[in-house]
Amino acid sequence: MGFTTVKFALFFLALLIVYYRLPGKGQRAVLLAGSWCFALADGWRSLLMLLTTTVTAWAAGYVMGENQSCLGGKKARAANRPWMAGWTILNLTVLVLWKLCQSETASRALAGGDMAFLTRGLPLGISFYTLQAMSYVLDVYQGKVEPEKNFLKLALFTGFFPQLVQGPISRYGQLGNQFGERRDYEKKQVSFGMQRMLWGSFKKLVIADRMAVAVTALKDPQYTGGAFFLLTLFYAVQIYADFTGGIDMALGAAQAFGVTLPENFIHPFFSKNIAEYWRRWHATLGGWMKEYVFYPVSVSAPVRRLSKAARKKWPGFGKRLPVYGATLVTWLATGLWHGVTPNFVVWGMLNCLVIVISQELTPLYRKFHSRFRWKEKGWYGGFEMVRMFLLMNLIRACDLFPNVGEYFRRLGSLFTGFSLSDFACLDQLGLTALDYGILLAGVAVMAAVSLVQVKQGSIREKLWRRPVLRLALGFGLFLTVLLMGWYGVGYEAGDFIYNQF
Amino acid sequence: MKKLAAGALCLALLWLLQALLMPKYMTSTPEGAMIREYYDSAGDHNVIFTGDCEVYENFSPVTLWEEHGINAWIRGSPQQTIWQSYYLMEETLEYETPDVMVYNVFAMCYDTPESTGSQSRREAYNRITLDGMKWSFSKWKAVQASLTEEEKQWEGILTYLFPILRFHDRWAQLTKEDVTYLFHRDTVTYNGYLMQTGVKPMTEAHVTAPRADYTFGENSWYYLEKMAALCRDHGVQLVLIKSPTLYPAWWPEWESQIEDFAREQNLLYVNMLEYQQELGIDWNQDTYDTGLHLNVYGAEKASRWFGRILAEECGVPDRRGEKELSAQWEQTIQQYQRQKAEAKEETQ
Repeated sequence: MGFTTVKFALFFLALLIVYYRLPGKGQRAVLLAGSWCFALADGWRSLLMLLTTTVTAWAAGYVMGENQSCLGGKKARAANRPWMAGWTILNLTVLVLWKLCQSETASRALAGGDMAFLTRGLPLGISFYTLQAMSYVLDVYQGKVEPEKNFLKLALFTGFFPQLVQGPISRYGQLGNQFGERRDYEKKQVSFGMQRMLWGSFKKLVIADRMAVAVTALKDPQYTGGAFFLLTLFYAVQIYADFTGGIDMALGAAQAFGVTLPENFIHPFFSKNIAEYWRRWHATLGGWMKEYVFYPVSVSAPVRRLSKAARKKWPGFGKRLPVYGATLVTWLATGLWHGVTPNFVVWGMLNCLVIVISQELTPLYRKFHSRFRWKEKGWYGGFEMVRMFLLMNLIRACDLFPNVGEYFRRLGSLFTGFSLSDFACLDQLGLTALDYGILLAGVAVMAAVSLVQVKQGSIREKLWRRPVLRLALGFGLFLTVLLMGWYGVGYEAGDFIYNQF
Repeated sequence: MKKLAAGALCLALLWLLQALLMPKYMTSTPEGAMIREYYDSAGDHNVIFTGDCEVYENFSPVTLWEEHGINAWIRGSPQQTIWQSYYLMEETLEYETPDVMVYNVFAMCYDTPESTGSQSRREAYNRITLDGMKWSFSKWKAVQASLTEEEKQWEGILTYLFPILRFHDRWAQLTKEDVTYLFHRDTVTYNGYLMQTGVKPMTEAHVTAPRADYTFGENSWYYLEKMAALCRDHGVQLVLIKSPTLYPAWWPEWESQIEDFAREQNLLYVNMLEYQQELGIDWNQDTYDTGLHLNVYGAEKASRWFGRILAEECGVPDRRGEKELSAQWEQTIQQYQRQKAEAKEETQ
């Protein structure tokens, strides 16, 4: 049940009405029933996997909580370690196996057999709720959060339907308590939520799905050099509009139910360096990886030993080695989370490489900037943003091709066969001049909205005090989606890209 | 109050947009404008025809009136399936109760939506019939029956109830016609008859490949039985016909199945292919497309002959004595004769 389907709209409205109309404490149960129905709409295996993860996480948390209250201190930690490790290994293994089964090799091997169901796409939201549940189990183990005794609360934390499609990845400390109390209808919250959903559907249906046509066409091997540059540019627009559109819809749907999910995109294309970019793009995944992979690896005993040995040989570099080692592992994990394929491993390693090189060149940058005072000039900030945007476009394109070799062939063609005449392919990509016009205008609107948000804060808050303008803009946006959306007969509106991870 | 006004304004704007974006079928494909024409004159017809092009091309209500005083309307549309014909009949009975309903049985050979052709072809024909229907429960059921299982998603069904969802991107192809006919349509038929004045003789026999199985499907029988029951329940006589066309073929195996059904249900069934001599059809003069359909001259001959059956065997009254009705028909006849004469002049 995709966010941009009529079925979802009907489901959402029905659930919203029942949720706020229901007296007493039934809200939580209704929301959970609705969320499980949402998972069930994707098939029994999606619901079963969600239930399995939820029940085992709750049970692990419960047992660890009992140990903490009975044994306390180090004894409890020792008793809890097998539970934490066992749960983590089991769930990670399941996630990796599911992902492995999506490969062509696995599909061929399992075709027609009893296990063929494993190859029919990932269960809805498994990549997201597995990380969420893992953060809960690890936080309980480390004593950062209290184990949740109320199963319904934990089940909502893992299975709350808006975050099942493509995240964000919440932590129990942020989200769990929001399911604790009854929420009365607040016009402002519901209105804000729906406005954000409408904005998300604009990004998805008007921009992302239209741009997907050109991106698909440009993947054809004949397009190299300048055409590859276009591909990286178009893909940046598509994935940004698709992913942020989906997240807007998820956050908007949650807000309508009075639940605040964490922001996942904080204007990432305004970033000036790669570290900043990854704090802004898919921020909840970055945050999760930092908390549960980067920090534990960088302070782990083997890395510390390695660092000690390295410092003797290279005092400066040896000091930074634990950070680089942890960065490597983190990016490997991030790549594999997106897909157990060579492309995502290479994509992760490229990100890691750029981060490490940037870090190593920091003294050089400092020297350069102390001599040339460009950083103080206004234009330099813009230059850094463009540089970052183009660099990330080149790295991101790695997941567009069926194999890594093809990616590097296209990347190489950018430097060996670039020609402005390559841009002439624009009229062969399945889009009309009008479509390009709509895309250009759509991108301009997205950029303008981002700029206003950065400079002046929430646009919805400002509009709340001006109901006529709010209605006019809302209706205008609705008409734009209605008339210019890429949907209906003759169009192929795609699933959200991050749904596949 | 302000909110109500704003809501009403938004709805009005949406309605206006939908009206603007819907295809008007005025300067091309007039078949798309036929179904909606019925509503303006519904209420007092003695005979209603339903079916595919074999009814709206082959029978002229003007001749039925002139020769027999029969007040008839044809609710036909291209490749109208039996389930669409059934729901058009059901809807018609909401507006009026005619003496006779005539159904052309050729569409019995299409048992399911899937069997009517490719997705794009099927959709185009569905639109022509269903978009012309007013909102009603019958329309809802007709839409449900017309879509394949694959198409029966909310998105698909809603586009028939709110066609703006289907034609949302037509704003890029709007023409003057869309503005001219925003609030009204010209009449394209004569009581549902779409006049064709050309002549294209049948020069050689059409060949239709034989079929592996000639049994009509379950779904077709289901709707034909429903049709019979509907008419019986409303006291309307159902007359089954096979219109006089040479192609596509009407197989003897199909003929015997319909004959058996008509006998069992005590219905009048007239296969006009068997009376070609009596009708006086000349396949060198009376067809505009080598025998697939009749032209106006052929349609007049078929109507003259069939009118006699309706009058004598079904007891449909001669209403030429009714002043008001005669006056209405007089206008239609003048326009009809003018178009015919103009066409004749053009060919001479």
